[in-house]
Amino acid sequence: MLSRSLAAKEIMKKLVFGILAPASALGLLAVSALAQQGDAGRGKKMFVDYSCYACHGFSGQNGPGRRLVPMKMANVAFTAYVRSPGTNQMPSYSAKVLTDAQLADIWAYIKTLPDSPEAKDIPLVQQLKAEAGK
Amino acid sequence: MAKLKNTSVGRRGFLKGAAAGAAVSAATLVTPQLTEAQQQGAGRGGRGGGQGGAPQPDGSAIAREDGTARPAPVSRIVENPGSDYMCDVIKALGIEYVSFNPGSSFEGLHESLINYTKNNPEIITCTHEENAVAMAHGYAKACGKPMLALLHGTIGVQHAAMAIYNAYGDRVPIVMIAGVGDTAVPAHTAVDLGAMVRDFVKWDHQPDTLTGVGQALIRAYKLAMTPPMAPVLVTVQAELQMGAMPANRPQVPKFTMPSAPSADLASVRQIAKDLVNATNPRIAAGRVRTQEGMDQLVQLADLLQCPVAGGGDRMTFPNRHPMAGNGAGGAADVILSLEAGGGGGGGRGGAAGGKTIVISTAELLATHNYNINGNGVNGDVYIAADPEATLPALIEEVQKLMTPDKKRLFEDRGKKHAEANRAARATAAEAASVGWNASPVSLARIAAELWPLIKNEDWSYVSPQNFAGNWANRLWDMKKIYHYLGGQGAGGMGYGAPASVGAALANRKNGRISINIQTDGDMNYSPGILWTAAHHRIPLLSIMHNNRGYHQEVMFIARAASIRNRGQENSHIGTRLIDPNIDYAMMAKAYGMYSEGPITDPKDLAPAFKRGIERVKKGEPVMIDVVTQPRG
Repeated sequence: MLSRSLAAKEIMKKLVFGILAPASALGLLAVSALAQQGDAGRGKKMFVDYSCYACHGFSGQNGPGRRLVPMKMANVAFTAYVRSPGTNQMPSYSAKVLTDAQLADIWAYIKTLPDSPEAKDIPLVQQLKAEAGK
Repeated sequence: MAKLKNTSVGRRGFLKGAAAGAAVSAATLVTPQLTEAQQQGAGRGGRGGGQGGAPQPDGSAIAREDGTARPAPVSRIVENPGSDYMCDVIKALGIEYVSFNPGSSFEGLHESLINYTKNNPEIITCTHEENAVAMAHGYAKACGKPMLALLHGTIGVQHAAMAIYNAYGDRVPIVMIAGVGDTAVPAHTAVDLGAMVRDFVKWDHQPDTLTGVGQALIRAYKLAMTPPMAPVLVTVQAELQMGAMPANRPQVPKFTMPSAPSADLASVRQIAKDLVNATNPRIAAGRVRTQEGMDQLVQLADLLQCPVAGGGDRMTFPNRHPMAGNGAGGAADVILSLEAGGGGGGGRGGAAGGKTIVISTAELLATHNYNINGNGVNGDVYIAADPEATLPALIEEVQKLMTPDKKRLFEDRGKKHAEANRAARATAAEAASVGWNASPVSLARIAAELWPLIKNEDWSYVSPQNFAGNWANRLWDMKKIYHYLGGQGAGGMGYGAPASVGAALANRKNGRISINIQTDGDMNYSPGILWTAAHHRIPLLSIMHNNRGYHQEVMFIARAASIRNRGQENSHIGTRLIDPNIDYAMMAKAYGMYSEGPITDPKDLAPAFKRGIERVKKGEPVMIDVVTQPRG
């Protein structure tokens, strides 16, 4: 939470000191857009600190939890899902625990995680598949 | 001085009756150490009168505990000790290995094993009693017979308790002997030594005579090996070990193994009728004991062309057999449940709707205090018998009922099941691509990279799979009873490493490559097992599943925090093994084992595994540390 507040202050400082100073209304829109877009750097830390990796893997795709990579949900849908997953496996996370902005950061980080190669492009997996399917 | 003399004489029961002069001499020899111990005690203010509280240990006890004790001078010769006879019995049982952490309550037996039987059975030196028993656990699962574990009075049994509990939960035979009557340290003896583990051994006994020890060992072995199998404990007094045999040396009792209980013929015939007349029969295979049992199960499935679902706990059925899996679906009208559910094995139990026929030994072992396997499957028909002992008769009866029409019908349904199972296996293999290039490394990648290197070898997966995503089961061709040995039994950590070494010990004489996917949490319970593997040249490829935490608990704590709406940023406290990270390659090296790692790039896996396997094939234990994704 602290880092999030500082980041917001930093943005506001830039707004005040001339980068977008004349257009305060436009500046607020930029903040909102940034919040929606999320900050992957902060999200990376929260992905670990908030134990997202525990069920979804450090890769975002290895573990008992739902595969998160490639992230196919929009930020809004992702936030809604985390708020109310509708499954017994994943607990819900309220805004008290994770703000919308923090979830946007996590979402942004997940978007940066590399997808897996397709099974057809991995010779060893193809070999295993052929053996298993005999 | 008088106290010292008393201590010296009282230190061992066998010194009773020794000449007074010898006792005085012994006291003189140990005086400097005891005096020092007394002085230290006095200096701490904890000795002497007027302090109140618990009685103070005497000098000998303190010497034992602080490691300054020396053996008292021998004042008599016993050339035919009772422990030699115990070794005769142990050899008659075909025991090949004896594992222990040394303890003075069984020093007589220890000495006989070294000098009377000439280390045959071979002594396996362990750094912890939990390792000694867990080794025996893994050994029995790999070769189907027990080894012997020796336990020191009270403290050794207490150290071993967790491993005994696991073996009990896993229905695994282990013969244990605990020494009792070493009076040097009062805390190391007990009136009823077996009491503390009585709730999770099948039988225990404390004979009063040497002949009784022989009879007890024979009975213990038979009970351990008769389904439902379980650990057994014989408590042997130090005096019986150290004292002389009677003039008429006791005979080794006759040893005949009982046959396992099988179902009665009338029941078998009815079960055969039910199976042959069923439209969609299923087999839930929780446990078979031997390769023969597994082959018989294949024969039955081939006859009936019905799906066989294993429980993921040990091998029950070849995982690439056309009938392996859940098949083409549809409601089962007859389910044959073999040692499944609460019978000590895995496997699914009955299902609603269909007729469930249970053949299980679960009801032949009343568990006390610990309802260790939960409640068994509720069958419409329940036969308290060993499935494997029943299968030959069942196959014969099914064969008698087969007609050409039935055979054609069964083949048609078998094709549908086979295709569904084949598709399920292919899908499972394809899933290995997920996170293929990830760092930390995915558990699927580890299994995938290992398989080409071992598939043409004789191999055995000796560690639990449950924390490693069951990828070996999903990707490897498992068709031998020793291709997978199953889990902990009672879920106690600290099993994986020593049980893997025990299984590798059993596999050694077959030149079989033993593979252990070793979880980091488990490794840290008693890492001294690495030294045991190195010291005894036990070939084993251990690959660290190093996710740097007690990962299951990370998930549960995170979940609890979320439910309480408190956030999760503290979930790592008490659950992660970081800061500092543990260097398992260095740990293995310290114990004298070849090691590599930590590996974080999946591209480095195959070359490291190849080097490791080459060394294992030459008879070495190897550790390769891989930093992994938390779960599969």
